[in-house]
Amino acid sequence: MTDTADAGDADDEVDPDAVRHVADLARVDLTDAEAAEFAEQFSDVLSYFEALDEVPAVEDEPDLVNVMRADEVREGLTQEEALANAPESEEGYFKGPRVS
Amino acid sequence: MADYNAFVTKTTVEGADEGPLAGTTVAVKDNISTEGVRTTCGSAMLTEYVPPYDATVVERLKDAGATVVGKANMDEFGMGGTTETSAFGPVKNPADPERVPGGSSGGSAAAVAAGQADVALGSDTGGSVRNPAAFCGVVGIKPTYGLVSRYGLVAYANSLEQIGPLAPTVEEAAALLDVVAGPDGNDSTTREEGADSNYAAAADGDVESLTVGVPAELAEGADEAVASTFEDALADLESRGAETVEVSLPSVEHAVQAYYVIAMSEASSNLARFDGVRYGVSGGEGNWNESFARAREEGFGPEVKRRVLLGTYALSAGYHDKYYKKAQDARAWVKRDFDEALAEADVLATPTMPVLPPKRGESLDDPLSLYLMDANTVPVNLANLPAVSVPAGEADGLPVGMQFVGPKFGEETIVRAASAVES
Repeated sequence: MTDTADAGDADDEVDPDAVRHVADLARVDLTDAEAAEFAEQFSDVLSYFEALDEVPAVEDEPDLVNVMRADEVREGLTQEEALANAPESEEGYFKGPRVS
Repeated sequence: MADYNAFVTKTTVEGADEGPLAGTTVAVKDNISTEGVRTTCGSAMLTEYVPPYDATVVERLKDAGATVVGKANMDEFGMGGTTETSAFGPVKNPADPERVPGGSSGGSAAAVAAGQADVALGSDTGGSVRNPAAFCGVVGIKPTYGLVSRYGLVAYANSLEQIGPLAPTVEEAAALLDVVAGPDGNDSTTREEGADSNYAAAADGDVESLTVGVPAELAEGADEAVASTFEDALADLESRGAETVEVSLPSVEHAVQAYYVIAMSEASSNLARFDGVRYGVSGGEGNWNESFARAREEGFGPEVKRRVLLGTYALSAGYHDKYYKKAQDARAWVKRDFDEALAEADVLATPTMPVLPPKRGESLDDPLSLYLMDANTVPVNLANLPAVSVPAGEADGLPVGMQFVGPKFGEETIVRAASAVES
């Protein structure tokens, strides 16, 4: 949690640079037009979300249970099936872009 | 036959020779995996994706003898309320082809309304089965969370969504729910309830001594034409022996905000799987981050980008407590409100949608107004409760839906109440 989306000040104005920063965190390229349009819309939506400030803290104790099953080998996809939708594969592996 | 663009892919997948759905044709929303039949989620990202396995609900349809006739068009990844965000073009409402069918299961509802399938499956994250059911004049059920397996449903917001049936009548919708409901070893959030259900038998129209709670907050916000159709349907229920009481859900004023913060946050995480490597649009050459970002620019439409980015924003350091944590508080508050209201009444009734179906193109440019359309349906998903939308009549020649909300696993009660409205 070192990345901070330092978008928006107290009154939730969002500028296109802030949108780009969040888009960078989310790994989504945007066109300039998209960044400008989203900046305007995000200001509206985030100021609408401001109303959540009025929500009281509510005790919530959901009745959670652990759901376990035996860790046993079961039939899965074949290698061929698992790779069938990959844009690129090589020798039975997914082929991805360089990591750095 | 008129083309409403209800299907992304037409197909014929025959089920077993015998079973409760033998001879029944089913449209399956295109975010539910079908072995060997492409499953696009209405997205350019998955135009060529062909799942190597069936969703549990599809296996159950086949075992029950149903014939799958197509994959129904939908808002991209379930994000939208009008089925206009599909990469495969908008769906037309058979009740008025100039208007939207609702969303995001708009193709499923339109296919049933137009008679292109006997029944259909949709998915409901914030109203996506009930909304198009109301706009197209058919019946749609959002089951209790955990009643129906989500295995093979392409995830958008896991903690909110359930697969649900759409059909011309309450009894047929309930019969389809009987087929798909029940525990599944592949989805550990499923429960024992529904294993040997007979919800269809509850569609007997008997509401003698049923107490119907009407939440003032949700009845008051509706357009006049919708409100008067709703009032008439309530009066009809009273004439059949039901008692109506006013109940209060003060938390619902914050439900839509909480819903969108939670749904967008879960979406930002879930949609991280679309990296263009294992399936989907490839981002091509470059380093991982560049390629990943390019795949998602090309593959995702504007509403999906909007929600992924807003979700990323809401979860990012410095904003988590302000948005996500507060939304979870609101969710707990909504649950408690519903519990209290359902202690006073057997079911709650509201108009399903506060408005009549808009014309295509009217709402797309203003995301906020689109989000507000879901005010009556999203609280139910936050509370994980069952709800049904049933046609309650028409206003200005357009269908109006009535919603009944029941207690957890109270599917029989909402089916009974809804069946009284249609008879």
